[in-house]
Amino acid sequence: MRFERRAHRPLILVLLAPVFALGAALAIAGVLIMLAGAPVAEAFGQILNGAFGSRLGISETLTRATPLIFTGLAAAVAFRARLWNIGGEGQFYMGAIAAAALASGAIAGWPPLIAIPGAMFAGALAGTVTLLLPLGLRLRFGVDEVVTSLLLNFVALLFVSMLIEGPLKDPLAFGWPQSVPVSEGAELPKLLARTRLHAGLLIALAAALLVHFVQSRTRFGMQSRAAGLNAAAARFAGVPLGMTLIKVACMSGGLAGLAGAIEVMGVKGYVTTDLSPGYGYAGIIVAMLANLHPIGVVAAALFVAVMFVGADSMSRVMDIPSYIADVTVALSLLTMLLSLFFTQYRISR
Amino acid sequence: MMELFDIFASAGLWAAVLRIATPLIFGTLGALLCERVGVLNLGIEGIMTFGAMIGWLTVYQGGDLWLGLLAAAFFGAMFGLLHAVLTVPFGLSQHVAGLGITLFASSLSYYVFRLAVPVASSPPTIEPFRPLQIPFLSDLPFLGTALFNQTAPTYLAIAVALALSYVLFRTPLGLAMRMTGENPHGAEAQGVNPVAVRFGAIIAGSALMGVGGAFLTLSAFNSFFPTMMQGRGWVCIALVVFASWNPGRALLGALLFALFDAYQLRLQTVIGKTVPYQLFLMIPYILSIAALAVMARRARVPQALMQPYRRGER
Repeated sequence: MRFERRAHRPLILVLLAPVFALGAALAIAGVLIMLAGAPVAEAFGQILNGAFGSRLGISETLTRATPLIFTGLAAAVAFRARLWNIGGEGQFYMGAIAAAALASGAIAGWPPLIAIPGAMFAGALAGTVTLLLPLGLRLRFGVDEVVTSLLLNFVALLFVSMLIEGPLKDPLAFGWPQSVPVSEGAELPKLLARTRLHAGLLIALAAALLVHFVQSRTRFGMQSRAAGLNAAAARFAGVPLGMTLIKVACMSGGLAGLAGAIEVMGVKGYVTTDLSPGYGYAGIIVAMLANLHPIGVVAAALFVAVMFVGADSMSRVMDIPSYIADVTVALSLLTMLLSLFFTQYRISR
Repeated sequence: MMELFDIFASAGLWAAVLRIATPLIFGTLGALLCERVGVLNLGIEGIMTFGAMIGWLTVYQGGDLWLGLLAAAFFGAMFGLLHAVLTVPFGLSQHVAGLGITLFASSLSYYVFRLAVPVASSPPTIEPFRPLQIPFLSDLPFLGTALFNQTAPTYLAIAVALALSYVLFRTPLGLAMRMTGENPHGAEAQGVNPVAVRFGAIIAGSALMGVGGAFLTLSAFNSFFPTMMQGRGWVCIALVVFASWNPGRALLGALLFALFDAYQLRLQTVIGKTVPYQLFLMIPYILSIAALAVMARRARVPQALMQPYRRGER
């Protein structure tokens, strides 16, 4: 048995790839639930019910999808240009703490029209700087940015922990390590009363459209895709490779930082070291499930959010750990890789 | 000021160095083995986590400590087999496949752990490995405490490093492995089967990663908890570059790294509260990044690293 490269990728296969991938991942998850001795159909029913069955469930799913759209876009933008930004988690936290620091300090008490964009910009800037460091090491010393951006995740989390136990500690939090809250002016308005759903969702959707426009209609978008497809050819064609990667890093790190800023401004109001249940890492999966397409990212983020919210509510009813969501989502990354392979190759004898 | 140097004179420091280094030695050797045949294995962080969980669980369920290590090696090998299938015949992106394995293996280990052990306020414990009493050596003043008061897996780690160095540079098998990592097409022309060599090395390397993870729960600590790996796997990946893909240097690198780690732990107690403890905890990660930056250009990277091998296709 050998694999033979297809002359072109049939569109139908490209569109079906995520369907096969999710189907396979859910099937394996079903086996794992069965091994736990629980009824599989009921478990999946509870997951769907938890994610869609009520007004609260739907609002929770959309609330969880919001940061995932941002971190998914961050990974997709970077991977397109072969910039392996695995540091989304760290950039998320740096964005969150920067937004909280600004919105509780310098611009506290300012009207929302200034405070909200200001805090968002601070978050994006912090995320960008956190990614420019590993990119700088790659461009200057030739260091693989995968490991450095991964290691920086731990540094960033410790840095945030230091700030919220030190200068940014909330004195009114009964000794709990949490940051001072953002001022009222920097809080994002709620979309639905008595839920956590906030205007960040709309900003995330706008970001997806904007990224799509930039990638498909601008010179920079073309250059970043060229850098990813074939760096040597792109350089030969006159693409300034280093500059393109720096711009890509600004976009990717900025989006991941924005994810953290908006989570603070929309949901929590302050920063703790468990603000993110792995949004940065899940963003990588979201991007791969979307085949790096910005509009696909929205759909993939919804799938991941459904799994997280649904599994949480299922584990409250049934005796299955909610970690099953993380397992399923991670599996879907592996099955998606295989599905994509078969859009490019066929089996020949 | 003298206190900062006094730390080096304590036998406890050197004992801690060996203890901290052991999982890193196993992990770094495992990653090195994979990369020597041309495959980056970023599954390491997850494989070590699963090894830590399954090794602990085996003993918790009444198994022998060595059976725990064996279980960790076996499941590490299984994840290695998965990584090999994804990256060798399919030739998928080694970065993304490896990350996928890390996310899968770590979430699966939390899932299995939560299924086997109900939620409790303090995690249940096991009876870990005891330090091995070596006649005469363990009774030496200072040296006995500093170097010869370790558990058996620590000595095993050092033995594996020496054995791997011998196999890699002194046997036909090692030559086949190095050829596969440098030029699989050339290796094939010499009668070596690059696919088989890659499979074997990835599986064996991942087994070592599993053992490294299990050391944490079976010797260094006595319980398992999520997030206990704390990026040790990524540190190992950095150490491979630092060691320039050489097992002997990997051993030295892991020991050096552990020395910094053990020193900063003791420094915290000497310096006390004037400096935030998080700054000390950052040191290992920043050191790893610095080591990468210094060594990246000088390191002799296996030439076929990250290049999928397809017969008759270049």
